[in-house]
Amino acid sequence: MAYIIDRRLNSKNKSTVNRQRFLKRYKKQIQKSVSDAVNQRGITDMERGDSITIPKQDISEPVFGHGQGGKRDIVHVGNKEFLAGDQIPRPEGGSSGNGAGDASDSGEGMDDFVFQISQSEFLEFMFEDLELPHMVKRQLLDSDSFRYKRAGFSQAGSPNKLNIVRSLKSAHARKIALGGKKRRRRRELKAQLLAFVDPLSEEQQSQKRAIEAEIMVLTRKINAIPFIDDYDLRYNLSVKVPQPSPKAVMFCVMDVSGSMTQEIKDTAKRFFFLLYLFLQRQYEKIEVVFICHHTVATEVTEEDFFYSRETGGTVVSSALKLTQEIIEARYPSNEWNIYVAQASDGDNWQADISKCHNIMQQLLPLVQYFTYVEMGGREVQSLWHLYQDLQRDFSHCFAMSQVKNNADIYPVFRELFKRKTTT
Amino acid sequence: MSALKNTKLLSSGSEWTFELLATYDREIARIAKDKFRLDTYPNQIEVIRSDQMMDAYASVGMPVSYNHWSYGKSFLSTEKNYNRGNMGLAYEIVINSDPCIAYLMEENNMTMQALVIAHACYGHNSFFKGNYLFREWTNAEAIIDYLVFSRDYIAKCEERHGVEAVESMLDSCHALMNYGVDRYKRPSPISANEEKQRLAAREEYIERHISDLWRTIPETEQSQTSVPLNFPVDPQENLLYFIEKNAPNLENWQREIVRIVRKMAQYFYPQRQTQVMNEGWATFWHYTLLNEMHSEGLVDDGFIMEFLASHTSVVAQPEFDSPSYSGINPYALGFAMMRDIRRVCENPTEEDKRWLPDIAGGDWLATLHYAMKNFRDESFMMQFLSPTVIREFKFFCLDDDDQQENIEVTAIHDEMGYQKVREQLSQQYNLSHQEPNIQVYNVNLQGDRSITLRHYQNNRKPLNKSTQEVLKHVHRLWGYDVSMESIREGQVIETLSCKED
Repeated sequence: MAYIIDRRLNSKNKSTVNRQRFLKRYKKQIQKSVSDAVNQRGITDMERGDSITIPKQDISEPVFGHGQGGKRDIVHVGNKEFLAGDQIPRPEGGSSGNGAGDASDSGEGMDDFVFQISQSEFLEFMFEDLELPHMVKRQLLDSDSFRYKRAGFSQAGSPNKLNIVRSLKSAHARKIALGGKKRRRRRELKAQLLAFVDPLSEEQQSQKRAIEAEIMVLTRKINAIPFIDDYDLRYNLSVKVPQPSPKAVMFCVMDVSGSMTQEIKDTAKRFFFLLYLFLQRQYEKIEVVFICHHTVATEVTEEDFFYSRETGGTVVSSALKLTQEIIEARYPSNEWNIYVAQASDGDNWQADISKCHNIMQQLLPLVQYFTYVEMGGREVQSLWHLYQDLQRDFSHCFAMSQVKNNADIYPVFRELFKRKTTT
Repeated sequence: MSALKNTKLLSSGSEWTFELLATYDREIARIAKDKFRLDTYPNQIEVIRSDQMMDAYASVGMPVSYNHWSYGKSFLSTEKNYNRGNMGLAYEIVINSDPCIAYLMEENNMTMQALVIAHACYGHNSFFKGNYLFREWTNAEAIIDYLVFSRDYIAKCEERHGVEAVESMLDSCHALMNYGVDRYKRPSPISANEEKQRLAAREEYIERHISDLWRTIPETEQSQTSVPLNFPVDPQENLLYFIEKNAPNLENWQREIVRIVRKMAQYFYPQRQTQVMNEGWATFWHYTLLNEMHSEGLVDDGFIMEFLASHTSVVAQPEFDSPSYSGINPYALGFAMMRDIRRVCENPTEEDKRWLPDIAGGDWLATLHYAMKNFRDESFMMQFLSPTVIREFKFFCLDDDDQQENIEVTAIHDEMGYQKVREQLSQQYNLSHQEPNIQVYNVNLQGDRSITLRHYQNNRKPLNKSTQEVLKHVHRLWGYDVSMESIREGQVIETLSCKED
């Protein structure tokens, strides 16, 4: 009678294209919603998906319809005490309160349109148009790891790379090329042989013998063409292509001197975390090194890094020095992509500045990217001026910015990693 | 329960299997055809998952559709509401096609599947096949082909002209979709094959014959004098058709897109006009068919109790002062009216004989079939809404006039009010009263090519706030300035316009 079809195994996500189109169309609004979310969220749940809110009127599909006003006759259900001719005072908020059906359908409500996006989409929007500067350049310059890539065929190679199909093909071609003429001649001679019909004259017999002799010679020659020759051998050719190192290390450097309040540290943590998420999208494996410093720098655990509180002065060079030492000891710069994020309130011991300058001159060539954020929102201090000088010389791998509060973090982060048009 | 009766049971328990679906379908079909003369297209029942149901929702139930962001939007909102538990999915979606495609969700138990089969595959299906609007306006055989054609055509346009160009074209057409139908003229049904053949010919023809309207080369002396005062001579209600045929600057592919959207609007038009009847008919039949199965002993008491629980929630009608009230539930009203017609035929009261003299005491099945075939919501109310149903729903009419201080109750469910309620309710289902009456009034052929639309006000009801936005879409399609005049009692009372920036 009826056909019953099981469609449950059909691919789902028939709406994927339409969904993508929607996301693309409202990219701006979604990005805004994402950036609001990033600013409000705790650090630990930074990367989950989110519900996105877009004002309904932004995405409405307008159609002609009736607005409020005029005279309308409406039939309702469930009369209790009304009698014909009753006068009912108009409810507050115009006529729409009464025509419940009309009001809710007219689409003039100002509610927001809310929907879910997945974690990966969230990150996609979060890091859209951002890039890690100069990744490519570094990879090609001093990449030590390689991977082999097929690159056609060659006539020389090691036996394990022998391509049998190709080799036999070229052997076949060679055999045709070398033997073709002889074979054609042999075919002709064989045809001539058929023309001899018994009885044969002397002359004909000697002719026949001559032909038969020639055929034998030709056959021998044809058979002598080697089945396969060195010349035929083909090898799969692989070429080495530099492989960007999949490993990255991220140094979080933070001032923990007395002037850094917990609040400032929280802001710093957000910055570090954003960078971590961003790096995670580019690299398979990331190690994180935490270095905190006051007058001396130490490598600490994450827990200590964010929550321990020290007092004392500030010597930035100690942290930079330690970073450099750790890089040299554990993360050779030709194997590792090195990122340094430094957060500080800008305090530094005046006499330390020139030392910082020297260390930075050595450190910056080793790293992929160095970002410095200054927090606390105070007047810029000596460290800032020093770094400004450095930025001029190392603009390709050094970026700095000031952050006042949590809400600044994401915009500043975007600013630091904004995709630059190649110049 | 006797042993004999037990053996007739089709199943026990709530699990469904494909064999059981087939068995139930066979039994329901037998009862529907033999006992109640329901004439249907062949059925194609497809079992799907809930996420596939959401996909189907997003594309207005169509199994195939072209890509557009608005479908993505509706998918997202369905998904969100469903995942949060704000809404359940409909039990079924059924498509007016031949064969008639019905979707069943795998989550539903056997009772629900049987309900859906009865409701969709025999209720809606016979309505699609029998009702005059569907017969005249849609071509069930061709719709799937046409959908495939339109999807492929639009995909091809996207390749050639870019997704964005196609998207903005579709945006504009969708905005005018409700004005893409000839309300009074019967359109020719659509067929994908003919469409494809005609497409090539049409494109070539249009290439060669640039519309005479826009001829700028001076014509001969005599024709210059006879300039028509108005173009179009009579106002045109089918905006999309007018644009497709007359917009000066559209390229052929753009005209074709207008045509596709217009044809889709036409396909859906009967559904919008028969909501109460269609749902009422389907609900009446699932109720009747499954009860018939129960009295034949094919299903057990547990089955019928569960079915009644679902049925009751489908036809629930909250009253106006309830927080869940959102107007009249078409299932409830339709079901009540269908059932009432049967009652009037079988057990007419004196009142029924006065109000419905033509059908009181008649053959209920023939009467129902007649009603299903020859009416739409508006005329169906006018013809068959009985005082019994009016009392059952406790209908009352309000007159909400912004020139009066108070809202007046003009009629209630009493002897004096029946006629008024019936008329008002009928008008409430009249699409041309629900939607503003907007027509193409004039095109300035000699001058700036601007187009003038006219809105003929009904009961002083103004246009809504998005009118200006819609005019932008008209502008995009027409290519020149657009203005919209609102007419009340023959006077232009307001003019909106959308001009070149």
